[in-house]
Formats: sequence, structure tokens, C-alpha cells
Amino acid sequence: MTGITNTVKSFEGSEASALKRLFWMTGIALMLLGSYGLYDRMAHGHIHANYGSIVTWGLWVAAYIYFIGLSAGAFLVSSLAYVFNMHQFERIGRLAVLTALVTLLLALLSIFFDLGHMGRSWHVMAFPNFRSPMAWMIWLYSAYMVLLIVEMWLLLRHDLVSGSSEPTLRGRLYRLLSLGSRDTSAKSAARDRRIVRVLATVGVPLAVMFNGGVGALFGSVAARPHWHSGLFPILFLLSALVSGGALLTLAATVFQDGLTRNRDTVVVLGRLVLALLLLDVLIQVSEFLIAFRGGIPGHVAGLQLVISGPYWWVFWLWQVAIGTAIPLLILLLPTGKDARWVAFAGLLIAAGLFGLRLNIVIPGLAVEEIRGLGEAIGSMRVNAHYFPSLGEWSLTALIVGLGLVLFGLGELFLPRQKEVA
Amino acid sequence: MNRPTVEDQLERDPSLSPMERREMLALLGKWVGAAVAGAGVFRAGEALAQQSEAAAGTKRKRRYGMVIDTRRCVGCRACVIACKAENKTPPGVYYTVVFDHVIEPRIDDKPLFMTKPCFHCEHPPCVDVCPVSATFKREQDGIVVVDYDRCIGCRYCMTACPYSARWFDFDENYAPVEENTAYASVPSPEYRQFRRRAKGRSPVGNVRKCHFCLHLQDENGEYNKAEGRWPACAKTCTGHAIHFGDLLDPASDVHRLLRERVAVRLKEELGTEPNVFYLL
Repeated sequence: MTGITNTVKSFEGSEASALKRLFWMTGIALMLLGSYGLYDRMAHGHIHANYGSIVTWGLWVAAYIYFIGLSAGAFLVSSLAYVFNMHQFERIGRLAVLTALVTLLLALLSIFFDLGHMGRSWHVMAFPNFRSPMAWMIWLYSAYMVLLIVEMWLLLRHDLVSGSSEPTLRGRLYRLLSLGSRDTSAKSAARDRRIVRVLATVGVPLAVMFNGGVGALFGSVAARPHWHSGLFPILFLLSALVSGGALLTLAATVFQDGLTRNRDTVVVLGRLVLALLLLDVLIQVSEFLIAFRGGIPGHVAGLQLVISGPYWWVFWLWQVAIGTAIPLLILLLPTGKDARWVAFAGLLIAAGLFGLRLNIVIPGLAVEEIRGLGEAIGSMRVNAHYFPSLGEWSLTALIVGLGLVLFGLGELFLPRQKEVA
Repeated sequence: MNRPTVEDQLERDPSLSPMERREMLALLGKWVGAAVAGAGVFRAGEALAQQSEAAAGTKRKRRYGMVIDTRRCVGCRACVIACKAENKTPPGVYYTVVFDHVIEPRIDDKPLFMTKPCFHCEHPPCVDVCPVSATFKREQDGIVVVDYDRCIGCRYCMTACPYSARWFDFDENYAPVEENTAYASVPSPEYRQFRRRAKGRSPVGNVRKCHFCLHLQDENGEYNKAEGRWPACAKTCTGHAIHFGDLLDPASDVHRLLRERVAVRLKEELGTEPNVFYLL
């Protein structure tokens, strides 16, 4: 650990290095706090989790759809550079793909620990039921993961090979990661770019399908009126783009001296996030207005929980104030032209979107399907009220901390993106 | 492949202990291994699906269901206890539940109780959403079952069921099991798999549900009330409120009640077509 902090110190000036030390310490602290959650989950299974047979999915599923949204969003931003030839975004292209890869890993971990039988996760490959939206989602994101890994490698290959001759730890790591490739010719670089373009092009519909598919996984459940809306796959996609784009404004600013290198790109990305956020708000407002005007109790019950239930603050403070109103102001005011402010707005949006994810999963389930179920049984597992347990929070902290550490390692070891003309 | 026949034989002989069954399955695995690449890997979940396929087409089709007379229900909850005693379900897992405030406020002051097992819908939404086909509706009698060895415990089916008929096994235990008394080693007869409760072993970590006590069926898939081979809740019902039988058989109680009385089903608007009816 001291080795890492020393390396960090040697990298930057004092102010940036203080920030970086804070970043590393947060990541490592979260992982340490999270180790309890991992122990608890592995040793005791689900017994200390607070979800039950009414609220069957809790914090981990919310974390899963949050991370998977970040991944799809970040990937789609990278496609601006590699598919739609918006060269301005090329400088953050590799960072975007790295973000997509790291957040996908976090998503898979979140859902893996949520399974009743983790050792059977291979069943989804061996016995897929293609009538199930979940099976589709799993197959699509498996393909997406392979594509991401190959694309990332091709994006790095040239730099890995060039850097592998250094006698340092980094050089050895590069040699390992270059997988025996030795070709540094311009021709091979051009070939890499061609393949990346094809992969990124295939990746766009794939990312749209699997993230829309996560929305469909919820939206197609007719038993849960809070989810059962044709807007759901679109809401998922838009929220993914907003959160992924927002996280990238932040990452592009702090990653590898980004503030000086990516200043203009961050501001442009901020504009894009602003537009997407407004669209996202539009979709959500539409959902509320139609449901409340229709007034069917089942349709309104979940939304009422969102705005005035025990967790009203997740909506009003977290999602609306922190995640929407304040960043909208920052992006609309002249501060929207300052990369540091844009990055801050990105942080707020990315954090706020987690509130949206919680407000999708939990209120959709926290309504008794038949009145009096909880009363009829009187077990903590049969209760419409849910608050995540210590173990659930802790394991989530581990996953977030792991994400920070992986970003930190990427920051240290990934080759710096060359300036593009 | 000769798997169905062997499975049938296993089914017919209730004297086989779980251990013998496992050995026979291992033997079976070797046989099939030649025909199916990686048969060992695919062992999980072979038994239940095979039972269903074996019986499909060859025997008479049934459609088991219930007609529950709410006027006869006194809310004693004997059905809940009988079900727990029969299936050895742990705390938090209730294959049947008695509601007492379903319709409230009522204009008259009469209480209304509603006992609610799984409805074994004609179009079960839980079955469609299962990513690994671990839960399915049996061809031969329409009973919706869970293959504990295949289920990964994702709980998507629980979100998809409009009737809260599915329960996750969190590995909680009643005191006699927790304290490892003699009761702890009594296996559950569910699906005739005779599993004993053990940490982390199925059905712990699985989704569980009512299966109309199908382990009490004979080799022809028939129940017999006189012999006591009848779903535990219906068998024990003090007010004779729970009527069980084959909805396709005109001679059955359930068929007669549906002819003579007006019945309702819950949430018809969802198109699930439950096979459990309520008389009001």
C-alpha cells in the first residue's frame, strides 16, 4: 500500500497528490469495511440480509442495475469516437471503455452475491430459457463483456507493445498484457483501429439491447404495476446514458492529468449529459403524470411510496435535489463552461442516479400483492418494509471500493492516451 | 434415451431411500454419458423435468385445482400448520396463508377469511421468467413445480407472481431443527426427494412453493382422499372449506361446485387463469 502511495506521490504535484491519496484511501477503506459483508455473505448466506418474500430484491439488485447502466452508458459515449467519428471524444475513448469494463465487473459481482446459489451461475449458460428476459439479458451482456475485453485490448495493444521494453514493473506488466504481440508498425495500428471500429459498431446495438433488456426484465413483469410500463426500457437506456456520461465527465477530469488535457472535451460532454438528463426527467415526469391522473390504486401505490413513503428523502433529496436540480443548475449557469464544475455536476448526477435505481427496485416490490399478507404471517421475511442490513451495505461498499481501486490501478498503469490531431 | 423409464421406476418405488436414488442416478449418469456429451455436468435438474416428460402424453391429462368456500372457512389456520407439518417448511416459508382482511371494510360485520395456496395458473408468469427453466408447469397435471437442483435463487419468479405464492428459503430454522433434536433429521417428502435440511444445501437458497403435495400421488398421478393421500391443507380443513380435485373430471367435487355455485378467481385481468377458485 505504501508502495502505491509513493508511486502516486511521484506522479503529480502536491495538491493533486493529496486528492489522489484521498481517492485511494477511500477505495481501500471501503474495501476494508466491505470485507465484513463478504465474510457474512460467504459464511452465512442470505440469513442476515433484510430482503424477504415481499421485497424480494434489495440493495444488491439496485446496485446491479446501477452499475450495468453506468457500463452501457460509458460504452455508448465511447462509440461517439469510434463509431460516429466525433474525434473530440477520442481522447477519452479508452477511458470510456475502461469505465464500461470496470462497472460491468462491479455489476456482475453485485448480482452474483445476490443469487441463492452462486455456484450454479453457470446454469444460465447451460439451461437458458429464452422466454425469460433475464436469460436474454445474461446472454447479451456476456457477449458484450467479451467484446469489451477484446476492444480494450486492441485499443491498448500498440502502447503495451511499445512500453513492454521498459525494465520497470510497468514494462513487465505490459509485456504480460501484450499477449506476445510484438508488432508496433503503423500498419498494425491501423488494423487495430479498423477492428475496433467494427467491434464498437457491433457494440452499440448490443449495449442498447442489453440495457434496454434490463429495463424489459422489469417492465414486462405484469404483476408489478410500478414496473409494468412501456417506458421502462427507454427509461433504463436514458438513465444509463446520463449516469455513464456523468461519470465520464468526472473520470475524464481526474484521470491521468485529465483537467489540463481534456478540459474542452469535458465541457462538451457536460452539454451532452445536460440534454440527456432533461430527456430522462421528461420520461419520468410523464410516468408520474399518467399514473396519477389515471389514479388506479395499484399503479399509484409504488409512486406514492417513492414521493411520500418512508423513503421520501431518497427521491426528494437524493434523486431530485442532488441528482437532478443542483447539477442542472450547474450545467445551465456559466459554471457549465468550467470543466471542474462540470465534473462536480457529473459526480452529483452519477451519485443521484443511484437513488433512481433504488426507487425502481424497492417501491415496485414493497406493495403487498394481496392485502394483509404481512399481517397474516408476522415474519420479518414477510414484510413490505425494507431497509438494507449491515451486511448488505457492507458488501456494496466492498464492490464500490473495488471499483475505486480498479480505477486507481488503471490510472497508474494504463498507457496515457496519445494526443490526437 | 431410456431415462424416462428409469425415472418412472424410481417414482413407482417409494421404498427407495434417497441414497439409493442417488446411486441409481449416478448409474443412470454413466449410461447416458455415452449419448450426451458432458452428461455429468448436466445432471443438475434432470429428475423433475424427466418425471414431467415421462408422464406427458402417455397418461390421461389432469388439471388439479381447488375450490375454496370462504363461507365455510372459520380462519383456524389448521391448513397452514398441516402444510408445515407435511412439507417441513422453515420459518418464513408458507405454502398456504390465511388472510383475514382481504375485503375491508365490509358493510356487514361478518369476517371473511381467505386461505391462499399457489394457484397453479394455466398461464403461470413465474414459469416464463425463470432464466434456467427451473420452475415449470407439469404436462400431466398442471402442477407448477420448482427443480431445487437447477434453481439458482435469483428470485425473479417471486417478482413475477401476482399472488405472492413463492417464498425464498433463507436458511432459517425452527428451534427443534436449530437445536438438532430428533425432528431435525426428518426429511421433507417434497417431490419424493426426501431432503434433510443442511446449511447451504437445496432447498436452502431456493425459491419454494406449494405443489399440491404431489408426493402423495400414486404411480398413475392420482390422489386418494380415503387413503389420506390428499393435499395436507384440504385433508385437515376443519370447516371443509378447501375442496381439491381434478377440474377436468365431471365427477369431482371441484367440478360439481363450479357447476353449482358462482366462483371467482383473483386478478382475472392479468390473464393468468388460476386453477384455484373462491366461492363467496
